[in-house]
Parts: sequence; structure tokens; C-alpha cells
Amino acid sequence: MFDLIGVPPQALFGQLLLGLINGSFYALLSLGLAVIFGLLNIINFAHGAQYMLGAFAAYLLLNNPLYSIGYWPALILAPLIVGGLGMLLERNLISQLNVRSKTRPLIFIASFVAIFLALAASHLSSGAVPDLVSLVGYKLDPAAAYGIAAIGALLFTSFLSATNLLNAPDADQNTDHLYGLLLTFGLAIIIQGLFVNQYGSSGLPYTIPDELRGGQNLGFMFLPIYRGWVIVASLVVCIATWLIIEKTKLGAYLRAATENPTLLSAFGVNVPRLVTFTYGFGVALAGLAGVLAAPIYSVNPNMGADLIIVVFAVVVIGGMGSILGAIVTGFMLGIVEGLTKVFYPEAASVVIFVIMAIVLLIKPAGLFGRTA
Amino acid sequence: MPERGLPERGLAEARAIRQASAPVLAVSGLEAWYGESHVLHGISFDLRPGEVVTLLGRNGAGKTTTLRAIMGLLAKRQGSVIFDGAETIALPSRTIARLGMGYVPEERGIFASLSVEENFMLPPVVKPGGLAVERIYDMFPNLRERRKSQGTKLSGGEQQMLAIARILRTGARTLLLDEPTEGLAPVIVQQIGRTIRELKKDGFNIVLVEQNFHFAATVADRHFVVEQGKVVDMIPNADLEANKTKLHSYLGV
Repeated sequence: MFDLIGVPPQALFGQLLLGLINGSFYALLSLGLAVIFGLLNIINFAHGAQYMLGAFAAYLLLNNPLYSIGYWPALILAPLIVGGLGMLLERNLISQLNVRSKTRPLIFIASFVAIFLALAASHLSSGAVPDLVSLVGYKLDPAAAYGIAAIGALLFTSFLSATNLLNAPDADQNTDHLYGLLLTFGLAIIIQGLFVNQYGSSGLPYTIPDELRGGQNLGFMFLPIYRGWVIVASLVVCIATWLIIEKTKLGAYLRAATENPTLLSAFGVNVPRLVTFTYGFGVALAGLAGVLAAPIYSVNPNMGADLIIVVFAVVVIGGMGSILGAIVTGFMLGIVEGLTKVFYPEAASVVIFVIMAIVLLIKPAGLFGRTA
Repeated sequence: MPERGLPERGLAEARAIRQASAPVLAVSGLEAWYGESHVLHGISFDLRPGEVVTLLGRNGAGKTTTLRAIMGLLAKRQGSVIFDGAETIALPSRTIARLGMGYVPEERGIFASLSVEENFMLPPVVKPGGLAVERIYDMFPNLRERRKSQGTKLSGGEQQMLAIARILRTGARTLLLDEPTEGLAPVIVQQIGRTIRELKKDGFNIVLVEQNFHFAATVADRHFVVEQGKVVDMIPNADLEANKTKLHSYLGV
């Protein structure tokens, strides 16, 4: 049979496996994006950076001078850390985009100052701005510079949330998608830049845990255990997420808030908290994907930026905000990409975008999208 | 221009009754804005324990906006809304709901991505003393039959029943119903009328927004006439027949 299509089975199954692995990451990442887009109506451009943060969290949990934490605890801890950072980001910056009040320009200026502080502090440390360095009188070491930047950002954003409490939030929220996109895009660049600055862009190794080393000969192909584990883990997490959203009370709140947040709050539900939690959850999924990816790809500050463009294409094909669409399309496109590598390798890197163009022409809402 | 101030008799009577029993809900001088446009110019009315009152008025008079403002759904609002002795004008919507205010919006607000049962069970219980699930299903048997259907697959009447039913579970004793009979068949309107009378018997306090005063007359104790963002008159239900001409001129029917 394989002779008929002129492809050796080893190559076919090898690429199929690779496709499934990529598909596992596409599915996890596009699922997080879909959850976030559905409720917050923002395109989370920081998703790639948050995936990278997940990998770095695992790396730093293992390689730190205080207490080394291995792969299995990191699988839980790293998503919690990255998700927690995501919740802080949502609470202090993203949610501010929805507040149409007199303090809004103030919020923008203050966020700008916080970001400027972060940049200035890192510049000071690397000596890129000699005048400022001489002004301060001495050169900060990197740790102190990041510390100052972090404290500055924290102070300002806390100030923001404090001032927000003084304003009644506007119930008729219809923020332009563009604001969220620009904010998260800018943050992604800053986070990535800071990590390149600190760790370089050549990538750091993260070894496969002992339990998942080696491989299994399946007869028709050789399956490295870790890769099999990634596929299973991704499938389980995706299905569990889908079940939570479709079958539980919490999921019902989430779906209701996606449709009509105003009415849900008129029932007494704390919608802003639900939004923060949901953003944290979507980001935690990206963090989890980062941990899963760490032993396969090296831990690299640019790992998210490389992947995220394809993931956005996956989200568009699946349908913006569609949970099932994100999961199915993620795995499907991974496989399509793998198969393309077998039959027409030259097209492998563009096939997803070609499919995206076709889907947009025929069904603009995406394969699983609700027509707005 | 005919003079349409609040008649002396109505005011005096309202004051006397207010002293007799403290209102559950006292709205005074309520103003509200949609963006830049000033929609409510000082709405004042009150709701006494166990009472059903209506807000009557033409399209665009500000009845729906009044309910939305009481519910805390408008960002810019001022004046005073005292609910169960607490000032709620500056509270967020979810806190007002938690005080025991149930809201049934004009558009019914049935969630398409939720089943009938999920819609029904969605609003969190805010106080003890809500109606039992089975009793509510007995009031609206259609909902029990169709509980696995998608929420928006229900007929208009069933959606209205679902919008009311889900609030009765939560323990909210004060209900804001926004045109529950709008666009429904007479037989459904009768069923909703029966439901409102049953709730009243149970001690619920209800503010009903209506355009159909024939229906309003069958359920309400008092009627407040809203015109251009103000309450311009109060007519006790018993005096409705005597004030028919006046009411016709208010409502333009």
C-alpha cells in the first residue's frame, strides 16, 4: 500500500508523529487564546511570550541556587506562576482598557512610565545610556536594575488599580480589539527583549525526566516516550478544559459571561473576577505548553515568537473564540503540516496559511465559528 | 400645554402611606445618562412590601432605563435608590443583585450557549428563601419538558417564563420585570398574569414595566406614569377606571 503512494512508511509515520507533536502545542496554545478571546474579546499577543515564560519557569525552577525543583512539580508550578503573572497583568493593565473614565489617559501615561522605568533600568545596567549612568554615579548590576524596574512597574500598576476603585466601571463596555492587541503585543516584545538580554538567544538545555526517557518500537515506527507523553498530556488537558467549559457550573458562567457579561453581573456574579481568572487560566495553558516543550525544543527566549504566528492562523481557521474549534483545528493542522512535509516538503511552512486564506474566503467565521 | 404636575392628592397620599410602612424600594430624583444623552430627569416612586407597582408610559419615556439604573447597569446615574434601607446608587450591579434584587430584562436575556436547565440554574442564590426548583417547574411545566433544549430554541413565551423562573430560585424577593408580556399571545399573557399574582400572594415585591395598561390593571396595586424621564402621576389601581381619560392622554392610546 505504501509502495502505491511511493513513500516509505517510516518517513510517513515519522512525519505524522512530528505533526501530532506540533499539533499538541497548536491545540494547547490556540485553546488558551480561544478561551481568552471568547471572554475578554482581546487577541492576546503576549501568548507566545507566556509560553516561553512557562519553559523558562521550568528551567529556573530546576537551575537556581536555592532549591532545585524537577520536571513533575514544575508541570504544576510553572503554569501556576505564569498564570498568576497573567492574572496580575489582566487586573492591572488589560482590565483598565475597558474603563472609559477620566482616569483612562492617566492610566496610559502611568503604564508608559512603568514600562519606561523597566527599560531605563535595563539600559542603565548594560551601560547603553552613558549619560544616565554617570548621572546616577555608579553602574547598577543587572539584578538591581530588574528589581528597580519590577518595583516601579508594581507601584504604578497598583496605583492604577487603586484609582480604578474610585470609578464606577462603565457597564457598556465595547473596547476596540486594537487596544488589547497593542498592549499585549508591546508587553510580549518587552518580555522577550528582557529574556534575550539576560539569557541570550542560543537556547538552554532542559533534560527529559528519567521516567520518560527512551522509546518504544511500535513495529512500523519508533516512538520516543517523551513525545508520546506530550501528545497524551495535551489531549487530556484539552478534553478536560472542554468538559469544564461545556459541562460545569463554572463553564456555564464562562459561556454566559462571553455572551452577555452585563446581565450576568446583574445576577450577582463577580464578572471582573471571572475575567481575571479566565485570563489566568488561558495563560496557564500557555505556560503548561512551555513546560511540555522545554525538553523537546531548547528553552529559548524566541521560542514563543516563532510559534505564535502559526497558532494565530490555527485560531482563525478554527473560528475565533471557539473552544472545540481550537482543539480540533490544532491537532488537524499539525497533522496536515506533517503530511505536507512527506508529500511536498517545500509547501510545509506555508500550508497552514494557505488553508487560512481558503477558510477566510469560504467561511470567514472559521470552521467552528459562530457567525456574528 | 396641559399641566401635568404630580397632583396634590397623590403626593399627600403617598406621604401618608410611606409613613405607615417603610418602602422596600424608594427611588427619588433618579437621573441617568446613556453616554452624553440625559435620559432620566428625576424619577421618583416607591414600592411597599408585598406590592406590585407598574411604570406606565409611552415608548422612550424612560421606563426600561429606570429599571436598568436601579439595577446599577448604567455607568452615569445620580439621585437616590434606597433598597431595603440601604443606599444603592453608587453600588455595582452585582452587589445590588446580592442584596436581593432580581432582574428580568426586556430582551429576556436567555443565553444561547446554555441549555434551558443551565439558564435556569445560572443565577447564583443570593439569599435564603428562594422557591424550590420543583415548585418553579410546576409553575412553568414547559420548562421542565424542554430543559435539555438550547435556551434560545424556546418560543418567545417560554423564554419569558425562563427569564422569570431563573430569578425565583435565587431568593431575591424584589423583582424588576421589564415588559414581560411584550409580543406574546393572549393565552401566554394570561399565564404570566397568573404567575405575577401568585408571586404577589407569596409576598414578592414587584416593579413591572408595561405599555399594556389593560394587563397592568389585572395585577398591580398602583401605577406610576413616566413621561420624558420623570414620574408625572401616580394612580392607585382602584382609581384606574375614573382616570381612564387622563391615562389615555398620557399613553396616547
